[in-house]
Amino acid sequence: MVRFILRRLLQMVLAFFGTTLIVYALMFAGQGDPIQALAGERPVTDAQRAYLTEKFHLDRTGIDGFFYRYFDYIRNLLRGDLGESLTGRQIGDILAAAWPVTIKLALIAMTVTVLVGVTAGVLAGIRRASVFDNSTLLLTLVVLAVPTIVLAPIAQYLLGVRWQLFPPTAGADPDFYALLLPGIVLGSLSLATALRLTRTSVAENLRADYVRTARSKGLVKRRIVGIHVLRNSLIPVVTFLGVELGNLMGGAIITEGVFNIPGVGFNLFRAIRTEDGPLVVGIVSVLVVVYLIANLVVDVLYAVLDPRIRYE
Amino acid sequence: MSQSAVQPTPASPTPEGGHLLEVRDLHVEFRTGEGVAKVINGVSYHLDAGETLAVLGESGSGKSVTAQAIMGILDTPPAVIRSGQIRYQGRDLLTQSEEQRRQVRGTEIAMIFQDALSALNPTFPVGWQISETLRQRAGMSRGNARQRAIELMELVKIPAAANRLGDYPHQFSGGMRQRVMIAMALALNPKVLIADEPTTALDVTVQAQIMDLLADLRRDLRMAMILITHDLGVVAGVADRIAVMYAGRIVEHADVRSLYKSPAHPYTKGLLESIPRLDFHGQHLSTIRGLPPNLMRIPSGCPFHPRCPYVQQVCVDVVPHDLVLGDGRTSACHFAQEVRDDRAR
Repeated sequence: MVRFILRRLLQMVLAFFGTTLIVYALMFAGQGDPIQALAGERPVTDAQRAYLTEKFHLDRTGIDGFFYRYFDYIRNLLRGDLGESLTGRQIGDILAAAWPVTIKLALIAMTVTVLVGVTAGVLAGIRRASVFDNSTLLLTLVVLAVPTIVLAPIAQYLLGVRWQLFPPTAGADPDFYALLLPGIVLGSLSLATALRLTRTSVAENLRADYVRTARSKGLVKRRIVGIHVLRNSLIPVVTFLGVELGNLMGGAIITEGVFNIPGVGFNLFRAIRTEDGPLVVGIVSVLVVVYLIANLVVDVLYAVLDPRIRYE
Repeated sequence: MSQSAVQPTPASPTPEGGHLLEVRDLHVEFRTGEGVAKVINGVSYHLDAGETLAVLGESGSGKSVTAQAIMGILDTPPAVIRSGQIRYQGRDLLTQSEEQRRQVRGTEIAMIFQDALSALNPTFPVGWQISETLRQRAGMSRGNARQRAIELMELVKIPAAANRLGDYPHQFSGGMRQRVMIAMALALNPKVLIADEPTTALDVTVQAQIMDLLADLRRDLRMAMILITHDLGVVAGVADRIAVMYAGRIVEHADVRSLYKSPAHPYTKGLLESIPRLDFHGQHLSTIRGLPPNLMRIPSGCPFHPRCPYVQQVCVDVVPHDLVLGDGRTSACHFAQEVRDDRAR
C-alpha cells in the first residue's frame, strides 16, 4: 500500500507539470497582445509598454520565451507564490478568500447528497419496483435531464424570489443559511447519480449468493441488509462520492455564478472572461492538485472497503 | 396442457410422522414476466436421522429449489409454493411464521452451497463470518465465538486455522473455501445438513477430499444429510438412498445398491449409461438425447417421454404414478418393471 501511494504521488508530480504546462500554453497562446489585454481599452504608452515587457519577460519571443516564462512561473509557484492577478491582487489572497466559501458550499452539497441520495437509494433498492422506487426514478431522471444552468435560476426564482424561503443571492462572505439553497441545487445532480448508483448496487447485492448464505445462517433481515448488503453496495457509491467531492472542491462555475457566491468557480469564471491569464493558470494549478489528491484518497479508500483490491 | 393432472404420489411406505424431515407433494412455481414455470411438481421425499439421501438430477430439475424451500430461503416472488408440506420433526414448516422458520435455519437445518466464493461475503474475514453465526444465533461473546470459530475451522481440517481467521474468502483455495462454508454451516450443530452441489466448482482431487470430509463429519456429528448433485460418481460412496429428479418430480427413488445395479426408470438408466467407463474402449459414450424440458411447457403425460427410448402412446397421454417396486423402491414410469429387468440395453 505504501509503495502504491508513493508511486501515485510520483505520478501526481508528472500530472501536475503536464496540466499546468497545457493550461499555461492555452491561456497565453490565444492572446494577441498581452499588454493591450492588461490595459483593456485604454491606450498604452511606449514607456509603459517597455516597463511591462521587461517585467513579464516578454522581450524573449517564440518557444524559448514561452518556456522561460513557464519555468519562471513554476519556480515562483513552488515557492508558494502564485503571482499577481492582472488586477494587481495577489492570487494567493484571492484563493484564500474564495476557497472557504467553496468548501462550505461543497460540504453542504455533499451532506445533501449522502443524507438524501444514499438513504433514498438504499430504500429504493430494497423495495425494488415499488411506488417509492418508481417515483425516485422519475424524479432523478428529471434532475439529471435538466442542466444546472436551468435548474439553478428556477430554484432561485421560485424558492428565493417568489416564495422567499431562502435568500436569492449570497454576496460577500456568505453564511451557512445563504449557501443552503445553492448547496442543495449543486448537490441535486450528484444526489441523483448517487441515488441511482446506490439503488442499483443494493438491488444487485440483494440477489447475491452471499445473501442467501446469510439467510440460511438464520440472521434477521435487518442485519442481512444493514451489514452484509450495505457493506458491499457502498463500495461503488463511496468511489463516486469521493470523485464528486473532488469536483465540488473545484468550485461550481454555474451555481456560484447564478447565486453570486464569491467562491473558486466564480473567480475562475471571471478570470476567464477578463482574460486574466495569471489568475486562470493559478486557480487551475491549485485545482489540479486538489483533484489529484481527492482521486488518490478515493483509490486508497477503495482498497480499505474492498479487501479483494490489492495495490502492488 | 395436462400437466395439472399430476396426481398426488402415494406416501412412502414408512409409518406416519416417523421421519426427521419429510417433503410431501411439494408444488413450486416461478411467476416471471414470460409466464409461469412449474419448477416443482409434487416432490415427496424423506430423511431419517443419521442417513444420507442423495438427490440427483440435471440443472433445472428442481433439486436446489426443493432444498431452498426446505430452508425457507426461496425468493418469493418470483417463487410461489403452491401446495405441499415440509415436515420437520412432525411440524409443517410451511405453516410456520417467518420468525419461527428463521429459528430453524442453522440450528436445526443448515445448508452449504455450490460456489463458496460467491456464497461467502467478499468483504468480511472468514473468521468474522463464522463467528457471526455464533454471536447472533447462540449469543456468544466475541472472544468465545472466535475460539469456537477456530475449533470449527480445525474440525473441517483447515491448516493453521487460528492464523487464517482474518483472511478473506478470496485468499483461500476453492477447497479451503468450501471447508470454511462447511464450518459455518456446522456452527450451531444442525441435525440436518443440506449440501447443494458442494463439489461442483472444485477440482476432481479436491472433490474427493470434500466428500470424504462431509461423510466423516456426518458420521461423527450424527447428522442427517441431503446431498444434492448431478454427479453420479459423487453419490456412490456416500449416500444411503438416492432420489432422482426430472422436471420437478422424483422419477426414481431407491437405495444406492439397487439403483446402480438395476435402474427402474429410463432416465436413471440413461444417466448411468452416460458415465464414462474405463472398460469401454473405443465405443461411443452413450448420451440421453434431447434437452431437459422447458418448465413453462412441460410435455404431456410423462415429462420424460420425448427423450425416452421406451416411449409408448400411454407415456404421451398419461402421467405415470409412482410404481412401488418393493424394498422401498419407487419409479414414476409406466414400464418400470420392464426397464428394471431390461439389463441388455
